Amino acid sequence: MLAKQLTVFIENRTGRLCEVLNVLKQNKVNILSLSLADTTEYGLLRLIVDQPALGKEKLTENGFSSLLSEVSIIKIPHKAGSLQELLKAIEEGGVNIEYMYGLSIEDDEAYVVLKASDAAKIEEIFADYEITTVSSEHLHGLN
Amino acid sequence: MIWNETKECMSRDEMSNLQSARLVKLVDYVYHNVEFYRKKMQAVDLMPGDIKSIEDLSKLPFTTKDDLRDNYPFGLFAVPNSEIVRIHASSGTTGKATVVGYTRHDLEIWSECVARCLTMANVGKDDVIQIAYGYGLFTGGLGAHSGAEKIGATVVPMSTGNSKKLTTMMIDFGATAIACTPSYLLHISEVLAEEKLLDKIKLKSAICGAEPWTEKMRHEIESRLNIKAYDIYGLSEVMGPGVACDCEYHKGLHVCEDHFYPEVLNSATLTAVAPGETGELAFTTLTKEGIPLIRYRTKDLTSISYDTCECGRTSARISRFKGRVDDMLIIRGVNVFPSQIEAALVEVEEVTPHYMMIVDRVNNLDTLEVQVELDPKYYTDEIRTLQLLNKKIAHVIQQALGISAKVKIVEPQTLVRSEGKAVHVIDNRKLY
Repeated sequence: MLAKQLTVFIENRTGRLCEVLNVLKQNKVNILSLSLADTTEYGLLRLIVDQPALGKEKLTENGFSSLLSEVSIIKIPHKAGSLQELLKAIEEGGVNIEYMYGLSIEDDEAYVVLKASDAAKIEEIFADYEITTVSSEHLHGLN
Repeated sequence: MIWNETKECMSRDEMSNLQSARLVKLVDYVYHNVEFYRKKMQAVDLMPGDIKSIEDLSKLPFTTKDDLRDNYPFGLFAVPNSEIVRIHASSGTTGKATVVGYTRHDLEIWSECVARCLTMANVGKDDVIQIAYGYGLFTGGLGAHSGAEKIGATVVPMSTGNSKKLTTMMIDFGATAIACTPSYLLHISEVLAEEKLLDKIKLKSAICGAEPWTEKMRHEIESRLNIKAYDIYGLSEVMGPGVACDCEYHKGLHVCEDHFYPEVLNSATLTAVAPGETGELAFTTLTKEGIPLIRYRTKDLTSISYDTCECGRTSARISRFKGRVDDMLIIRGVNVFPSQIEAALVEVEEVTPHYMMIVDRVNNLDTLEVQVELDPKYYTDEIRTLQLLNKKIAHVIQQALGISAKVKIVEPQTLVRSEGKAVHVIDNRKLY
């Protein structure tokens, strides 16, 4: 199961990130997790939000280049070694991870957001290893 | 020193007679050898016999860079290829190069003109000169080279791109002269200063051209290197470097008028402006065989003076350039038209057609940044995709312009949209 990630292209200019967050705030879009990948010229702000479609719509209205893409959000036990075990399974399946970041919602459970080089294949790996992924709707419910 | 006193110091009347005789011959020559000119003259009901002296030049139609493009590659040549011994090319406005061809006689005239310029710059047979213009299709390298050989100097064909080798050889060979772009020479002066080699050089003259520069830059070059710097002008369509050069009095550039007849025109009416008034420079090549040009509009803005110079030369002098009529830029000595970027970006479907060029000078070297907007269809969540795209665009631009550019992907709707005449260039250099 794949979840929606909202990505925003931001030039490295003072206050630009704040402007993105302001649009989300005014439209009551809650951020559950974020990761910022940056170069010297620009950054990609990747967001897991409770209402991704609304977030994209409002950002576009306000002149930001935003994109909804699909990522896997995986629930893992909040304990040492669990992330390593997950990655080992993915590695054994021969799938490359494009990027990954954490998401913490509940006290005893943790989540990681990851984008795999091969979306279909990683779904198979998750099925084989009985790895739980969550949907955008699930996240919305947690909010 | 004057290379060709007969020609460079002849009275204005004698010059005018010589120009008249050459023009009459030229018009007859192009009428019978170039269909393009014949048709243009026929369209305005002109026969070669109607041109009796240089005073009649204004009856003839103009020639433009677009005419060269429309007749690409050899359409304006007046001789068969068997008579052409060399081809050069410069940037065109829309992807197609502007191509020129030289007969053996043309090359002789060219080296004669460069010889005059080098002599004006106090370079002679005892000098060691480094030619640090690009060798190749660009006229700078080979043009300066042949003139330097003609005067008998020891020529070191450095070409461009290796400052370290240039400074090493400058010292080891005891170079006394250098021909390169003024911005590059300022850069070289910095390299020498950093390596504490300034007191090791024997340089005395620099012949700088291929890009506009200011008096301030000249003074800076002269004081940093303790040399004299001279301004050489030319364009490939007319010949290449050596069309004009300034002498030690720096009161304008002496035009090799017996070969290139200059007119300075009001850009709106295309009639001659008075001496001292600014207008667009046009040239008629009085002796060229390969690709003779009648009233070729250079798009360069200047003014003209016919007074005898303190150096004794009587030739017409054009002032330091005051700008361009069109949007052509000269970046690192290379002619660049914004339309070339536009044409190049069409090949890249990931970006919108909007772009902005930012030209600057950092450490005396020109920089070009091209800003582009991503097409919404190609928004991505991966940095790698953007970086690959960045590389791809940089490559496409390099191929189109012949110079490298830094590409910057910017947010959508941030680049200025066309409202009438769109501004596509921000030039932060102070060149005029």
